[in-house]
Amino acid sequence: MKKENKSIGAFLSEYGVFIALLILVVIISSISPEFRQPGNFLNLLRQASFNGLIAFGMTCVILSGGIDLSVGSTFALSAIVCAEMIGHGVPVIVAVPVALLVGVALGLISGLLVTKGRLQPFIATLITMTAYRGLAMIITDGKPISRLAESSGDSVLFKAMGKGNFIFTFAPDFKIPIPIIILVVVFGIMYFMLKHTTFGRRLYATGSNAKCAALSGVNIDRVKMSVYAISGFLSAMAGLIMISRVDSAQPIMGSGYELDAIAAVALGGTSMNGGRGRIAGTIAGVLIIAVLNNGLNILGVTSYYQSVVKAVVILVAVLADRKR
Amino acid sequence: MHVEMKGINKSFGTNQVLKDAAFNLKDGEIHALMGENGAGKSTLMKILTGVYTRDSGTVIVDGKEVTYHSPKEAEEAGIVFIYQELNVLFDLTVEENLFMGKEITNRFGVCDKKAMRAKAQEIMDRMGVHIPVDAVMSDLSVGQQQMVEICKALMVDAKVLIMDEPTAALTQSETEVLFEVINSLRKKGVSIVYVSHRMEEIFELCDRITILRDGTYIDTKYIKDITMDDVVKMMIGREIGERYPKRNNAIGGEVLRVEGLTHEKLFRDVSFNVRAGEVLGVSGLMGAGRTEIMHSIFGNLPLVKGKIFIEGKEVSIRNPRQAIEAGIGFITEDRKTEGLLLEKSIAENIELCNLGKVSTKGVLQAEKQASLVKRGIEEFRIRCFGPHHECDNLSGGNQQKVVLAKWIYTDPKILILDEPTRGVDIGAKKEIYSVINEMAAKGVAVIMVSSELPEVLGMSDRIMVVHEGHVTGIINGADADQEKIMTLATGGSL
Repeated sequence: MKKENKSIGAFLSEYGVFIALLILVVIISSISPEFRQPGNFLNLLRQASFNGLIAFGMTCVILSGGIDLSVGSTFALSAIVCAEMIGHGVPVIVAVPVALLVGVALGLISGLLVTKGRLQPFIATLITMTAYRGLAMIITDGKPISRLAESSGDSVLFKAMGKGNFIFTFAPDFKIPIPIIILVVVFGIMYFMLKHTTFGRRLYATGSNAKCAALSGVNIDRVKMSVYAISGFLSAMAGLIMISRVDSAQPIMGSGYELDAIAAVALGGTSMNGGRGRIAGTIAGVLIIAVLNNGLNILGVTSYYQSVVKAVVILVAVLADRKR
Repeated sequence: MHVEMKGINKSFGTNQVLKDAAFNLKDGEIHALMGENGAGKSTLMKILTGVYTRDSGTVIVDGKEVTYHSPKEAEEAGIVFIYQELNVLFDLTVEENLFMGKEITNRFGVCDKKAMRAKAQEIMDRMGVHIPVDAVMSDLSVGQQQMVEICKALMVDAKVLIMDEPTAALTQSETEVLFEVINSLRKKGVSIVYVSHRMEEIFELCDRITILRDGTYIDTKYIKDITMDDVVKMMIGREIGERYPKRNNAIGGEVLRVEGLTHEKLFRDVSFNVRAGEVLGVSGLMGAGRTEIMHSIFGNLPLVKGKIFIEGKEVSIRNPRQAIEAGIGFITEDRKTEGLLLEKSIAENIELCNLGKVSTKGVLQAEKQASLVKRGIEEFRIRCFGPHHECDNLSGGNQQKVVLAKWIYTDPKILILDEPTRGVDIGAKKEIYSVINEMAAKGVAVIMVSSELPEVLGMSDRIMVVHEGHVTGIINGADADQEKIMTLATGGSL
């Protein structure tokens, strides 16, 4: 009996979110010629890369049974640390890894509050979210840090992160923006990690039933620390791409990003209780949100209506997911 | 109330769980409903109480054909189902639980706390249980929580009471109280359907017995006319042989010794040892501290003092990881919340304790995974669709086999089993006993905590009895009997 039910139900739950994405793309493409330009798709993917990286980290945290509200603040604080260093003449080759490590450290603090501090993940990361945003404000005195490329001495590395393109020697006209490459590579690593490593197994086990996992010898505190560190690292990476792209760092950047990331994870079918979900679902969720943002803009829908449309799409997707 | 169910069919998808099932309940009788897990007992009772709708068949209550559409309708007609899984609100008090949805209010619609408390107390007194009515549920023992559930059923004027494994979590004395209550209910004309795997209880308590097998009605008999062996035969359709298979292996040297284990509150000065190839039964009342002693040996509960020696060497075990490394396997009491990742597959569960075996440098190896899991399903005869079958959809016995496989493949030197056959049917029980014997034959030191005295007596080389956190005695299996164990378990001495 279960087998028969499964064939249809399982197909929908496996591919439902991808079908939804496809339908959305087809609909908007058929209305708007501008949307269906190849250049626009690359642009859309580049826009998606920020939310994508953050949502990958968020997926890990949510799979472990937690949540990370601090991603937007980590995004800003790491970027500002990088920008400050560049402003003070630190070479980009040093500033970038240091900023990424700052992201890891910020994540580990959330992780410590959750594990050793025994705070609920929602509360723990609400605290770090507020604190990191405040620190970003304090460091910059609330002002943006601009003309970063110039301060970095026109560093190629710095400019490449957000603005660069990958060019095939045999097809010089076909350029792929670097952020998209980063997104794809990180996706590959995450996919492998979740599906084919013992760490992935421990992560799912922790989210599925922490008590059972601990009794089976899983160091659940270490798993939790790791997922917040991953989330911090990827948020920082997204932040660096952003400041490279816009050539400035602002203390308010990335506020509200946690919500887009959570929405993408939810759209992708990952259980908010942890233990169930896939990274492929998350990327589909990220793309749905990006297509909506981009498409509705092109169609001239005002931002007020955009929010409502987004909410409706998320609601429909999540309800459809529950039906299976 | 007279209930008659005839020709009941019920399918879930293409899986027919009831085939022409029947059941007949007379006024004021205690009627046991038995069958292996998956035989359809619960489904049949859920059809009676309107949880499920039947595909075909008739239900006649007091001469009238009826169909209840919800448990509430059945309850209004006087048929109440007490589920095995407790249905209580843990953050509320006893009294609030008892009156949930049927609060006594004054004429302004405000809860009349005083009246409710008095009524709650009255019911408690009638049941002969001493649970403070303003205690918060989560502070009570599982046994006490179950008593509250039963009180709740008695609050509505039940004419038919269906109890699913009511004694699974009760202590001996609580069970006695429950039996008194059940007997007095019978005298008042209440009919009771008693669903249980515990043969001894059924023969002590019940008037008649109905047996189901694979969703089909087998027979209804008066208890006085049959023997336990007859029941088993009817349940599984064949001879099962000895309930407790014999073991002939030699007992070797000491593997585990603990000295003076002391917890802040739960137990004190616990010392014992287990030898290779030996099964040490651990008996005692609920809440005596047996489970907690095992958790502390496994590093899951901090000790104030005490020493643990494995193969003569003192070891320090501060968490389950270190316990596993030291060679201890622990099959916990509650497989649903502690033993299994319920929503995950058989494969993921078996691999969880054996990740090192199925991976190289942290990367899972598909071939090793497949062969480990295939071995598990075959060796433990787990009935399933395959390695990706979700554990949630397995029967209790098969779930327990998954837990056994997961631990036994870690090649433990010491295997601790806490209530290994709780909620498991007779066929699967025997398979579990065989696994325990195989482990002993391989020279593993086995500790088996169990509340079922016949099981402890049938399986143990030695029996340790715990009373209120103290070891009151360790006796040889050959010399032990139920009375001796109960004497020690209630704090007496031999």
